[in-house]
Amino acid sequence: MQNAKFTSEYSEGILIIKLFGDIDHHSAKPLREGIDSEIYLYRAATVMLDLSNIDFMDSSGLGLILGRYTRIQELGGTLVITDPSESVERILELAGTKKLITVKHTERSKI
Amino acid sequence: MKKAENELSIVLDARSVNEGFARYAVSAFASQLDPTLEELADIRTVVSEAVTNAVVHAYKEGGGKIYINVKYYENKTLRIQIRDKGCGIADIKQALEPFYTGAPGTERGGMGFTIMSNFTDKLTVRSTIGKGTTVTMDKRIKCHF
Repeated sequence: MQNAKFTSEYSEGILIIKLFGDIDHHSAKPLREGIDSEIYLYRAATVMLDLSNIDFMDSSGLGLILGRYTRIQELGGTLVITDPSESVERILELAGTKKLITVKHTERSKI
Repeated sequence: MKKAENELSIVLDARSVNEGFARYAVSAFASQLDPTLEELADIRTVVSEAVTNAVVHAYKEGGGKIYINVKYYENKTLRIQIRDKGCGIADIKQALEPFYTGAPGTERGGMGFTIMSNFTDKLTVRSTIGKGTTVTMDKRIKCHF
């Protein structure tokens, strides 16, 4: 069990937010506030949410992702999810999230 | 169902910081049945959903106790029961519908019960207004040998 945190990196219109740890109701609020600050600061054309280091996510994580999707859309940007684990991807599929948000598996995650 | 082979009971304060502890405690207990990583992930997820419901909806984040009881049986069925003494659910059928949320405007997606139902073999919800809610989930751990 690891407290969730994130790092961010911006370059040429792309904001990469890399999440770590467990995303649940307890961790979602501070994550939401921190990620929103970055979204409004950079107003990037593309925001990539890197989930490769997420060990656990429940429906609170789903709410976090869909809430950020709405914010980014309002600012005219696009949200892309990268490298979710199988269990995270099952939750995304169950909620129909993949119909709204592109989910990519990068070459790095296949190694 | 026959007599349980093994049982775990935990009483927790209904605080969000205990959500992680609850799911890992139950999954550690369930690991005695040799589940796959996917089955363990399912168990962690459904416990997290039920405990979060108790914290957010039953007690409105104002505290209380959450009673977790887990048993497993000879046929490798795990029974997880999560009970609160909170406000209760007025309309269980409505609460079980996908995307229905009792906390609108909070980014709670209304998928908790849908996930509990999909990730287990049987979900039962009993609730009385003003007295509380009991969520019971049965998960059959498949034999992998």
